[in-house]
Amino acid sequence: MWKLLQIELYKIFKRPRTYIAFGTIASLIMIVQFGLKLDGKEYVDFMLSTIPGFELGGNVLNGYLVCYITLMMLLINVPLLVTIISADMISGEANIGTLRFLLAKPYSRAQLIIAKFLATVIYTFLLLVWLALFALLLNMLLFGVSDMVIFKSSYIVVIKSNDVFWRYLGAFGFAFIAMTTVAAVGFLLSIFAENSIGPIVGTMSIIVFFTVISTLNIPLYSAIKPYLFVTHMNNWKEFFDEKVDLNNSTISGTIQNPQRIINSVLVLLGHTVGLLAVAVFIFKRKDVLS
Amino acid sequence: MPMQHIIQVTGLTKQFNNLTAVNNLSFTVNEGDVYGFLGQNGAGKSTTLRMLLTLIAPTAGNIELFGLPLNTHRREIMQQTGAVIEKPDVYKYLTAYENLQLFAKLSGIKPTTQQLMEQLDMVGLNGREHDKVKTFSQGMKQRLGIATALVHNPKLIVLDEPTNGLDPQGIADIRNLILHLSRERKKTIVVSSHLLNEIEQVATRVIIIDKGKKVIEGSAAELFDPSQTVLELDTLNNEAALILLRQSQWAQFLQPRRSGTLILKLNRTVIPQLHTWLVQQGVQVMQVQPRHSLEDLFLQVTSGKQHVEAFTN
Repeated sequence: MWKLLQIELYKIFKRPRTYIAFGTIASLIMIVQFGLKLDGKEYVDFMLSTIPGFELGGNVLNGYLVCYITLMMLLINVPLLVTIISADMISGEANIGTLRFLLAKPYSRAQLIIAKFLATVIYTFLLLVWLALFALLLNMLLFGVSDMVIFKSSYIVVIKSNDVFWRYLGAFGFAFIAMTTVAAVGFLLSIFAENSIGPIVGTMSIIVFFTVISTLNIPLYSAIKPYLFVTHMNNWKEFFDEKVDLNNSTISGTIQNPQRIINSVLVLLGHTVGLLAVAVFIFKRKDVLS
Repeated sequence: MPMQHIIQVTGLTKQFNNLTAVNNLSFTVNEGDVYGFLGQNGAGKSTTLRMLLTLIAPTAGNIELFGLPLNTHRREIMQQTGAVIEKPDVYKYLTAYENLQLFAKLSGIKPTTQQLMEQLDMVGLNGREHDKVKTFSQGMKQRLGIATALVHNPKLIVLDEPTNGLDPQGIADIRNLILHLSRERKKTIVVSSHLLNEIEQVATRVIIIDKGKKVIEGSAAELFDPSQTVLELDTLNNEAALILLRQSQWAQFLQPRRSGTLILKLNRTVIPQLHTWLVQQGVQVMQVQPRHSLEDLFLQVTSGKQHVEAFTN
């Protein structure tokens, strides 16, 4: 299995298309950094204008806030970057004919597909590490570190500077689990196709379709919302909401609703395991006609 | 004691919905054979070979390789088997050397650089080993595909239509490679084609299948036996020529006519005598077309089908 995993990783990182995702993330983050560096004060003033009566001093536009803004914008696009690779894992091999070769080697189909999925998971992890390096560490260097002010729809949250970094670790960890679920969707669809376009479009369509359902406030759909993986994908933000005491002061080191995070993680992991199990089940019985 | 049967297939059947692609097929491949799998496109050759490689699950029947049931000993069997199914199976974004290295690792071996270079040299890719495969011609990809199938030194090599899409030089290269592997490296090879002349030049045993069923199987020596040549004869007046032949020593060789053409089955060496005799009898000969019996059978199988012209080329 380890040998298969090494081979799959070697193939992923030998392919030029793999680096599109890394390049896209780096360039998008730098565009955000450039804009906020030049015009960040205007942006903060605009955000504050939506919450009258507040005046904030100090380095509001620090690395932590810029990272949060970056993630708000980017994490919507990362599924596409993950899908580019995951949806190609089986279908891409079928397309160029190497799937036949792989399956005629002395490994079981289950071993092969699990190794491929693990390679996809490692790619996803590295993509998020890359995102963290650019969005968090580089922003900390460029914009400095201070207390983090988050603008919610009707209130603001202020998190002490020394209470932020672990939240980001949690948020990136959560995003990794969510992106792994997205990868599993693309991976499953990849089994049915002989080129990666169909699975990529299919995965994005599923995400859009369920996102629409999860945002509709129609009672009929409310019952299924908690079970849709897209409902939980953005719950990394929960790491940035603190509990308050009786005086309405935030309690450092706490999370407002940790149970929501746990539930989301369980739903996402359940989807990932379920999708992979279905993929193994189908792939083991599939006639390879490509 | 050397192993006798490398492949033993019994009652193999594959059904795709309402289509029976392979129908109760049985055959045996012996150690050292170059086993020619012959049939027109869609006859069931690729489906059969894919079942031998576990790419497709049979609907019914048994497959044994190296004396072991395929369904329970897949891993051991695949360690001793190399295959190229249809188009070349290599990664275009890797170099020839990297591809070979990758497939060696997949096969569980770690060859030295020199061994890999020798392998590439054998298929005529020396000097191009560090070029990306996307710059290769179809023939070079096909040869690299074969090299990757051979990298773990398998006892059995399965080649499905290895000359498809190749130019005459590429076809000759593959043919020579098959002969080299068989004669010098003592490999057992199963090679499929829809071109009889390709199979004829390399095979030691041949099977023809049509619509998933076996039409004939036998050694190349008996199937390409020149004493079993089938002669198609057309004259200016076939009716009159037939009367003359029936009354002569050639009557014993006459076969049922096909679309008016006279058919004789005889030794290839007596054809000039027959021709001379016909001329002496005043018969105006329009065409004499000799074919060995397998060629004739294959033509009958494919008669009226789209690949007759490919075969006759």
